Amino acid sequence: MKPNLTARRWFLKECGIGAGALAAHTLLGATVNPLAPRKPHHTPKAKNVIFLFMAGAPSHLEMFDNKPQLAKFDGTLPPADLLKGYRAAFINPNSKLLGPKFKFAKYGQCGAELSELLPHTSKIVDDITIVKSMVTDAFNHAPGQLLMNTGTQQFGRPSFGAWVTYGLGSESQDLPAFVVFSSGKKGPSGGSSCWGSGFLPTMYQGVQFRGSGDPVLYLSNPPGVDTELQRDSLDSIRKLNEMRLGAMGDPEIETRINSFEMAFRMQSSAPELMDLSKESQATLDLYGAVPGKPSFANNCLLARRLVERGVRFVQLYHEAWDQHGNLVKDITTNCKDTDQACAALVMDLKQRGLLKDTLVVWGGEFGRTPMVQGGSDGRDHHPNAFTMWLAGGGTKPGLTLGESDELGFNVVKDKVHVHDLHATLLHLLGFDHLKLTYRFQGRDFRLTDVHGNLVPKLLA
Amino acid sequence: MTKNSRALVSCVVVGGVFAAGYALRAQNAPAKVDFVRDVQPLLEKSCVNCHGAKMQMGNLRLDAKASVLNGKVVVPGKAVESTLYQRVAGIGEQARMPMGGKPLDAAQIALLKAWIDQGAVWPDGAGSATAEVKKHWAFVAPKRPALPAVQQKAWVRNPIDAFVLARLEKEGLQPSAEADRITLLRRLSLDLTGLPPTPDEADAFVNDKSKDAYEKQVERLLNSPHYGERWGRHWLDAARYADSDGFEKDKQRVVWFWRDWVINALNRDLPYDRFLTEQLAGDLLPNATQEQIVATGFLRNSMINEEGGIDPEQFRMEAMFDRMDAIGKAMMGMTIQCSQCHNHKYDPIQQEEYYKLFAFLNNSHEANAAVYTPEENQKRAEIFRNIRELEAGIQHRTPDWKERMAQWEAKVRNDQPQWTVVRPDIDDISTGGQKYLPQADGSLLAAGYAPTKHRAKFTIKTDQKNITAFRLELMNDPNLPLSGPGRSILGTAALTEFDVEYSPVDDPKKITKVKMARATADVNLPERELDKIYFDKSKNRRVTGPIAYAIDGNDLTAWGIDAGPARRNLPRKAVFVADRPIENAGGILLTFYLKQNHGGWNSDDNMNHNLGRFRLSVTSTPEAVADPLPAAVREIVSKATSERSPGQEQALFSYWRTTVPEWVSVNDDIEALWKQHPEGASQLVLHERNEMRSTYQLTRGDFLKPGKQVQPGVPAALHPLPKGAPMNRLGLAMWLTDRNSPTTARSMVNRMWQAYFGTGIVATSEDLGRQCEPPSHPELLDWLAVEFMERGWSMKHMHRTIVTSGAYRQTSKATPALLEKDPYNRLLARGPRLRVEGEIVRDIALAASGLLNAKVGGPSVYPPAPDFLFQPPASYGPKQWHEEKGADRYRRGLYTFRYRSVPYPMLQNFDAPNGDFACVRRTRSNTPLQALTTLNEPLFLEMARALAKKTMAEGGSTDRDRIVYAFRRCMARPPSDAERTELQALLELQTQRFAQGKLKAADLTGSEDNAQLAGWTALARVLLNLDETITKE
Repeated sequence: MKPNLTARRWFLKECGIGAGALAAHTLLGATVNPLAPRKPHHTPKAKNVIFLFMAGAPSHLEMFDNKPQLAKFDGTLPPADLLKGYRAAFINPNSKLLGPKFKFAKYGQCGAELSELLPHTSKIVDDITIVKSMVTDAFNHAPGQLLMNTGTQQFGRPSFGAWVTYGLGSESQDLPAFVVFSSGKKGPSGGSSCWGSGFLPTMYQGVQFRGSGDPVLYLSNPPGVDTELQRDSLDSIRKLNEMRLGAMGDPEIETRINSFEMAFRMQSSAPELMDLSKESQATLDLYGAVPGKPSFANNCLLARRLVERGVRFVQLYHEAWDQHGNLVKDITTNCKDTDQACAALVMDLKQRGLLKDTLVVWGGEFGRTPMVQGGSDGRDHHPNAFTMWLAGGGTKPGLTLGESDELGFNVVKDKVHVHDLHATLLHLLGFDHLKLTYRFQGRDFRLTDVHGNLVPKLLA
Repeated sequence: MTKNSRALVSCVVVGGVFAAGYALRAQNAPAKVDFVRDVQPLLEKSCVNCHGAKMQMGNLRLDAKASVLNGKVVVPGKAVESTLYQRVAGIGEQARMPMGGKPLDAAQIALLKAWIDQGAVWPDGAGSATAEVKKHWAFVAPKRPALPAVQQKAWVRNPIDAFVLARLEKEGLQPSAEADRITLLRRLSLDLTGLPPTPDEADAFVNDKSKDAYEKQVERLLNSPHYGERWGRHWLDAARYADSDGFEKDKQRVVWFWRDWVINALNRDLPYDRFLTEQLAGDLLPNATQEQIVATGFLRNSMINEEGGIDPEQFRMEAMFDRMDAIGKAMMGMTIQCSQCHNHKYDPIQQEEYYKLFAFLNNSHEANAAVYTPEENQKRAEIFRNIRELEAGIQHRTPDWKERMAQWEAKVRNDQPQWTVVRPDIDDISTGGQKYLPQADGSLLAAGYAPTKHRAKFTIKTDQKNITAFRLELMNDPNLPLSGPGRSILGTAALTEFDVEYSPVDDPKKITKVKMARATADVNLPERELDKIYFDKSKNRRVTGPIAYAIDGNDLTAWGIDAGPARRNLPRKAVFVADRPIENAGGILLTFYLKQNHGGWNSDDNMNHNLGRFRLSVTSTPEAVADPLPAAVREIVSKATSERSPGQEQALFSYWRTTVPEWVSVNDDIEALWKQHPEGASQLVLHERNEMRSTYQLTRGDFLKPGKQVQPGVPAALHPLPKGAPMNRLGLAMWLTDRNSPTTARSMVNRMWQAYFGTGIVATSEDLGRQCEPPSHPELLDWLAVEFMERGWSMKHMHRTIVTSGAYRQTSKATPALLEKDPYNRLLARGPRLRVEGEIVRDIALAASGLLNAKVGGPSVYPPAPDFLFQPPASYGPKQWHEEKGADRYRRGLYTFRYRSVPYPMLQNFDAPNGDFACVRRTRSNTPLQALTTLNEPLFLEMARALAKKTMAEGGSTDRDRIVYAFRRCMARPPSDAERTELQALLELQTQRFAQGKLKAADLTGSEDNAQLAGWTALARVLLNLDETITKE
């Protein structure tokens, strides 16, 4: 006797792509699609996330956090009580202070302060929320990136994107729900664990896309296989699988059939996604994107296209902001490579009406020391104060939240820990961070572990 | 601010708010509190979930009068002395209740206080009558249960079936018929070896009419060397095996000797208690063999962070936590890592007890041992025997050798100058991120990041007058590769330049560079160009050679110590004599620069050539030279003859003979023997320290916040440590493998069950603790656990028992009714039908195509993978991936080289874990990325091509025969008519398209422009992509 194929087909068709036998419920013997769209705890402000991860840790003191006093005390030793219990990665904490290297000015109606490194970001200050009071626990790259992505410095926990995908499911029928791009001089220090699924089922992990060639691994047909042969092969595979389904009655076979069909759809939808030549010259110019030439700018434009196509979570890594030396030259290059495209992304999302439900997050894993490293042109890792910015998705535009002390060393007002940021971002996505849990090893785990407080001031 | 101080701040704030609120509202507490009306609902709401009938955390029930009014939890009339009040009010040092939940508000706390202060009246009859505290089933050692009675006795093949059938009968379900022979053999082959049966094997089984035909197959497969590969892979998951370090650098590591140890241990059915013992403490067994030492690699599978900014101790502690987690999941089946930061919320493990277990492990060096294959070890034994014989020959021919040696000894005993060890300050910036850790003997141990080029600066202040020379000792350390003395992957080092400067203490800017008159060393090797691993992308000819190269002012030359595999890891020394003594009237600052520039271009890879552990000394004796006696020999010389062991006497002789001119010819012969010494490999292992390391209970698991010191011990709620167990890793192993251990055997048989049937008897196989899912067949689990232990912990016995059961042999056909009643087949009214693990997905295709290279063991291999994955920005730094062009291209998936940060995509897509942490239960997903992989990945294409070729060559002459042949290579069974017809149609249509030139045959075949072969390749590709091909049915 055959299982109820029609009903199951309907279910798989209506409820998104098929995947996996891990779901907790069953319907007519079929497994419930674990990527089906789901409603969160409360009405969300944001549906999608684009996380611009500035890996290597940008200097808040050169870009966002203007510190005239630091300039004044350039070349002197920091106050001893400031360094009590402070651990630095490379330098002796008792190193001389280094004044900011760039000029600051106020921009927009909100009067947010930015340095001359960010001429494009200065145009969107009224649309973004700058958080100058970020703190973290880690001061090495891999642990810091893991903390920012998974809420802990240890390996083995699900990433933010995986949690969101687990919580909200996928809106896309033919693209992965969680897509990752990487650009710059290096890859992320935390490796693939930055977008891993940890103990969540593997279908929630991020899928690495590439800015050139096949965006997804093994997307193209092998040599000698055209679309017709691929289609014919898939038809044969489907017929043979259906025969087996009839014989064995295992709903997993139905899921397999569906996976192959989605793979086939992805073979045309992914190249279409990547084809930037369809974008207007004005749009390309806005981002500074050049079709066929992989860059952070292209990735930003692709992020918008992914969100348009229902992809839930897009993360762009750009390494490396790790300016222990050559600070002036390298941070200038980094800003040239990213400033315009970041601003363009926000403007473009806004003009297309996508910004209201797309949450854009910009930032790295920690900040940089007010103290010098080496001669006079470098800064060490610094967890006590750094800057991030948010846009869209229910964040409060034009706000600058928080303050660091006059040296940019410690946060003195409206401290936002990484866990608090996570709690707030989840809130915007419709979740109570205390309730978005997954039971593993006998315990209900959450992104914020046992920490995290919502930051109401960040909400629009 | 750190996490901990943050927590403290928030506590203070909460405390403050609470105190104020409390003061305000305390007066509003009800005048007369009624237990049933006021208190009981509060307890029910906030406490009884964890302290009630279902669960009794901390053996406490708050739903029963007898348990609450016991004189401690609640002291009637005295709230401040009652633990209930103290804990909810957050008084004292213990965590505030409700644990993990919101604190009670001030009014609720006031209510409880008022009730207690008013005498804690609890009317009889309210609440639970019983105060019984049940011990969780998994914390009681299993006893062999009686077999349940069943109706259909004929179905029962062995005791497993009695348990399964009893449950089915209770649920009103019928077991399924036995699967047909071909299906059964394919299932059995995939389960026991991870490889499909060949059509011939299937036919042989079908045609075997003997009564024990099935049992013969079971024995054949259990004796296959591939059994160890198949079941070894499960253990590698649990042991978080990978071939790289993880974290940012994610460098390659050499650990395949351990992986092969696992495979071999399973193949020789090493009893499981022994299997665990050797992995925890093989090095501590009497006369430990190389194999037993290699086994401790289990604990070393932790990640290593060598980022520039790290504190090595922090990441040693991270590795320790990881080891605890791995022992918990893989061996105990328990989640113990919760107690790293606080008392376990659900299971009876206090935080202090976690650190007591931790203390068993906390006394080891992170060692890297030289290891040899059996052939190499044979060669070594032969070399050592020959040397001993040659030395015995000299001694035999020289009757007075002892006296002559004594005369030599008398001459050298006191011929060394007086050296003063200096303990310099380290210039942090100069080290390029490498840490130089000061040791008790004044030496420095290099750790953390290993820059391939740097000039480390060390400064001391000294009053010593007339310094004439400087000594640099290179020393061994268990924590260095192959014990050092260098930090290269071979434990070697190269010293590019050795510079010294001095300046008066009162005028530090007046620097004088010391000119060296000469340098001597106890090893001076001929000039030799650097090995490939030190290539720095320059065109320069960079060399190592004698000690003079360290003072020649030339950055391309260095002092080298690589004297070949037998003697490259010996301690060495060099002495540098200043051209004139440094008079030093009023104290000087002496600065040493150790330039180490002979590494390769990539500091993120294994290319460093740095010093590993070394010590600096100064002397005022004129004409100092480097002691030619090796350090070990010097130590023997300094001992009285009566205190020496025969081995030491022999070692002394072995050195002395090299100084005797008349034995030059024998010495040369021995030297030639040393040159034959095999290269060997290395393996990360543990090596017990002599000096006990102190273990502290860490506040919130923070290594910077040590609390009280703890001694090794085991959790009180579990079984006691066996009598006489030593307080080290061996004792821990004895405890874990004790017959009274409640979880060790259960967790292992549960995971075996999981591998066969898809879900364990306890579904949460990583956690048998209180929060686990209830077992589907609790008695069966206990029966299997007891059987396992009482049959000598034989894993093969358990496999044999499971696969010969009737439950295992059922057909896996599912009916809608059965799917509705039991979607996950927990009750086993049918056989298992499961997609195989990622490695086996590939293995099946390799086997079907005939490409499989069935070699067992050896270094991990590099099958085809996209190059860009191993380059930035996909990977943090450039990684090595030397795609195999020979037979190693087609090794089993298990041997694929595993980078933690860049998982092999094919395996990742099929849910293989990347080794970041212990995994005892893989996800089994079913995704489009998997479909893209089997459809389009290059190796799958190669396999389709090979299957097509093989089919045309060996599959008979008709299409019909060939289709049957190809189909059976994938699925063992022949196709049905409908299946064959479908494939025939595909073959004809596609062959025609190739023949008509609509598609290029040579593209698909990768070789011949042959439409037929292309058509068969298209067909083979379809077969390799079928659900059934990658499914155990």
